[in-house]
Amino acid sequence: MTQSNTSAVDYNFDVVRQFTVMTVIWGIVGTLVGVLIAAQLIWPALNFDTPWLTYSRLRPLHTNAVIFAFGTSALFATSYYVVQRTCQTRLFGGKLASFTFWGWQAVILSAAISLPLGYSTSKEYAELEWPIDILITVVWVSYAIVFFGTLIKRKTSHIYVANWFFGGFIITVAVLHLGNSMAVPVSAMKSYSLYSGAIDAMMQWWYGHNAVGFLLTAGFLGMMYYFVPKQAERPVYSYRLSIVHFWALVSLYIWAGPHHLHYTALPDWAQSVGMIMSIVLFLPSWGGMINGIMTLSGAWHKLRHDPILRFLIVSLSFYGMSTFEGPMMAIKSVNALSHYTDWTVGHVHSGALGWVAMVSIGALYHLIPVLFNQGRMYSIRLINIHFWMHTAGIVLYIVAMWISGVMQGLMWRAVNSDGTLTYSFVESLTASYPFYFIRFLGGVLVVAGFVLMAYNMFKTIGAKDGSLKAVEEA
Amino acid sequence: MDYGTLRGFFALLILALFIIIVVWSFSKKRKSSFDDIANSILEDEQEQNNKSHLETDSKQETNNNV
Repeated sequence: MTQSNTSAVDYNFDVVRQFTVMTVIWGIVGTLVGVLIAAQLIWPALNFDTPWLTYSRLRPLHTNAVIFAFGTSALFATSYYVVQRTCQTRLFGGKLASFTFWGWQAVILSAAISLPLGYSTSKEYAELEWPIDILITVVWVSYAIVFFGTLIKRKTSHIYVANWFFGGFIITVAVLHLGNSMAVPVSAMKSYSLYSGAIDAMMQWWYGHNAVGFLLTAGFLGMMYYFVPKQAERPVYSYRLSIVHFWALVSLYIWAGPHHLHYTALPDWAQSVGMIMSIVLFLPSWGGMINGIMTLSGAWHKLRHDPILRFLIVSLSFYGMSTFEGPMMAIKSVNALSHYTDWTVGHVHSGALGWVAMVSIGALYHLIPVLFNQGRMYSIRLINIHFWMHTAGIVLYIVAMWISGVMQGLMWRAVNSDGTLTYSFVESLTASYPFYFIRFLGGVLVVAGFVLMAYNMFKTIGAKDGSLKAVEEA
Repeated sequence: MDYGTLRGFFALLILALFIIIVVWSFSKKRKSSFDDIANSILEDEQEQNNKSHLETDSKQETNNNV
């Protein structure tokens, strides 16, 4: 199976295939857990009175599954593919690449076991306890060796821009993980953070926001810079802009973390720095989005026939939307309304389901036929149905959360003329129920779309080599 | 030199670096090599199925204005 049919170079596509298949599987699992906890918010009895199924334990399982199982597997698959194709050379490291696959699946499995059992550091997106943190570090360093080793032995003179984004993401995630996970172990599955108080909070959100900025943004931008031109069959709109985009994005993102800590014990000046840097961040974000979307300039008609391209371009629209919404929510006075409400949840999901998931799904639909020696996916019609289910699901989700979030913010701050609060907390909760139900419906659509994708993928893999012919464009 | 002044200089240094990156990447001299790089990922595809694409010259210029 290591023999590649696509060109003279003997690419290592085995590890890419493994990560690709697992991305789709983890996509189903991660979003399914999300739907379960969304349902628990409406019908609390769904925790069946077992501690393992309580919201507090399943919520980190959901976030870890979608970010580190689904999203990161997609990044492994696409970065290993792109770095080989753009460097015209086989992946460096041989067995080490295979180790990153099995090692990363081991990390995911330990998360899936330890989180429901209640082991947690209580740091958001870094809940996993110290032995798992060490395993993550080992796998991540191997990933860096494989990726940069391939760059070093490249046959091309230039390093294509997608690899810059992938490389930036790999280095920064290593730094963030090591920085934030510093802890003193007290037993096999219990540790205490090295940091305390406001410093701990600042470290946590330096990590947390840059997990968004580098894992969920820079990495997926690398994906965008390869798969959008490839699927559109046109070079990127402006290569020069992509260089400025890279340096502006990586130098600004690192400062935006404090906007998660507005009106807390964090010093005021640090909050203001976070706010201003978040607003400036709008510029590189939109520069990149425009660069991606304008790649289609002169070829817009392709969107009518090609649902894969539609996934990729709509993902960029969601990216533009959430990178406008984000800076706005980072403004202190807006944050005073939005923080701790469902607005934040809606914002995160417009980024996660809209940008991250859609760009990954589009890239995978492009990639699966190439990896399994086919001209196209088993069914283009199913891709189109998946597109509409996913889009409808996101729209239901984020509109419901916007309305419920703004409503909660307004109810919590409403005061009577004598200074007492107009509403009790539970009144705002009761008012949120209809929106929780709409969110649940949106989530069901997203999961169902992923199931369709898995069916389409396995049908493509199972088909006889070369039996699915590419459709000629009219 | 106190800490504040040092940070002021550092900010200026970063600004200068950013301007250098913009000037470097937008200079006319590098346009054609950047076009080649942008097209390189598409040419890779052309090698595989050179039958179907031979008649159309798929090499394209990236946008001139930006």
